[in-house]
Amino acid sequence: MSVQAAARTSSDAARASSDARLSVEQVSYAYSANPAQAPLFTLEATSFQARPGEILAILGPNASGKSTLLKLIAGALQPLSGRVLLNGFVTHSLSPKTRAQRIAMVQQESRMLFPSRAWEFVLQGRHPYGRPMRFETEEDVIIARNALAQVGAEHLSDRWMDQISGGEKQRVILARALAQQPLLLLLDEPTLHLDIGAQVDLLDALRRLAAENRYTVVVVTHELNLAAEYADQVVLLQRGKSLRIGPPASVYQRELLEQVFQTQLSVEPGSSGRPRVNVLSGK
Amino acid sequence: MRPLTLQRLLLRCAALAAVLFVVVVIALKLGAVPVSLYGLGRDLIRVMLGQSSGLSTDYGMIVIDIRLPRILLGIVVGASLSVAGTSFQALLRNPLADPYVLGVSSGAALGAILAIIAEPHLAISPEFAALFTPLGAFLGAAATIAAVYFLGRREGQIDSSTLLLAGIISASFLSAIILFLMTTQIGRDMHGIAFWIMGDLSTPLQQKLRWVLGVGFVAAAGAIYTTASDLNLLLAGEKEAMHLGVDVPRVHLVVYIAASVLTGLAVSVSGAIGYVGLLVPHVMRFIFGSDHRMLLPAAAFGGAIAVVIADTLARTVVAPAELPVGVMTAMAGAPLFIYLLRRRFA
Repeated sequence: MSVQAAARTSSDAARASSDARLSVEQVSYAYSANPAQAPLFTLEATSFQARPGEILAILGPNASGKSTLLKLIAGALQPLSGRVLLNGFVTHSLSPKTRAQRIAMVQQESRMLFPSRAWEFVLQGRHPYGRPMRFETEEDVIIARNALAQVGAEHLSDRWMDQISGGEKQRVILARALAQQPLLLLLDEPTLHLDIGAQVDLLDALRRLAAENRYTVVVVTHELNLAAEYADQVVLLQRGKSLRIGPPASVYQRELLEQVFQTQLSVEPGSSGRPRVNVLSGK
Repeated sequence: MRPLTLQRLLLRCAALAAVLFVVVVIALKLGAVPVSLYGLGRDLIRVMLGQSSGLSTDYGMIVIDIRLPRILLGIVVGASLSVAGTSFQALLRNPLADPYVLGVSSGAALGAILAIIAEPHLAISPEFAALFTPLGAFLGAAATIAAVYFLGRREGQIDSSTLLLAGIISASFLSAIILFLMTTQIGRDMHGIAFWIMGDLSTPLQQKLRWVLGVGFVAAAGAIYTTASDLNLLLAGEKEAMHLGVDVPRVHLVVYIAASVLTGLAVSVSGAIGYVGLLVPHVMRFIFGSDHRMLLPAAAFGGAIAVVIADTLARTVVAPAELPVGVMTAMAGAPLFIYLLRRRFA
């Protein structure tokens, strides 16, 4: 652990020129089923940066490239051009293990073939720190227990994953990501199957965790108002193009959102001072 | 929170080894020729001390020279099939995967038969000849699992029911080719046909193959065990495993090759014994949970126990006649398969 901490400190020093932790530099991507044909989907060059403790939301309609951008950030896809740097390292070039020590991904849903208990699930987050065939150490157990406590899910520890509610499950999945002790926390539509109360709980937890643990959080979401409420920066995508990047107040312009989402909207300042979006008609 | 420790793992393995030992002693005792427990113990100790000439009676010879090798063969075959089944279930993310159900055993049997037919026509040195049949079986197993994997995909993803259908169709197609070859090339040999299609432990193992079988089992099962904690994560999906630091292509390759080796080895010495790789992992998962660090060794012991019991029944229930061991495993395995299928799609 101390070796890794030292490695992180030295890498922190290496990028001392900028205080950005995540740096997306002119990243583009093209997907085609057949290399001879024109690409079916392209993501045009996109750049932005995020600092520790910051929450960045990626917004846009279906098929706008949100999930592709998230995979590029995670290093799971290789960009066609440009690069994604995390503390100065290209995320795609990291080994799977190193990547999993620095980047944690929370997927839309986690389907198990055979059910496991919540604590077993959270301990999986310690996998990138182990050798093959190793057994969990006392330290791993403490980290997993703390992760469960941080999302308020200690009481779920002994429950089976297929016998808890969607909101509870999402917390346990988040706890597993925390057990990875990442620098960067990525979430792909984490609120998709949650009721509004559970959505707010989850995002409150995210904001608290980002502040306490200095995570950089990137979240892909469809929820315009939740993003406005919780994100420090918003990236607005449409058909593979980033239209605007900045704080919610600068991105949430009525004409822009109406054009992107193809519906009539009103945007006004909410009680928190952040923009609120209302749908005016179904058309 | 009580994660698995090495101590708990070894304790449970010791308990399983004790069960296996008891099963082996009972299997040695039961059979067409009655043997007393006392005589059995005395003869076993003499064999271990290397005094095989001093065996007490002719009955002792039967036990040591006929029953014991057959039981040892059953242990390795059962462990191989069961570990292969556990691996295929994790690799394909399908709880119904098993070398027999997926047609991999039939592919291995066909590979072995082709090797047997080809061998006289090829100039193979005698040292290599012992390896030739298991090698053919391994290639047959590896080719079948690759074919079933690609046939079982729909829109780029493995589809559970398509995969099973692809396996069942492959098994039936390969069995037809086996019957064709057995009839036209090797001569109509009903015992041989039953051996390859139902599985049988009554054929004594060649001396040279013992080493191939033993070393191959240890190497392949060991290789799979190095991926045990990766397999736990692969159960949740390839993408998720990758994000948790699993080198997914490497794990796939290791498990795919090693599980094909295990199936090929088992089939080349005992034919296609069915359902061991399906039944045993589920029973062990029920008892010990689905952590592969515990499940893989438990499946190995469980497979050994299951096949020794099945083979003992196969040679005693209709004594002095014998059934192929695959008859016993299919009678137990097929109902379980149906139960799992109904529960899965309920």
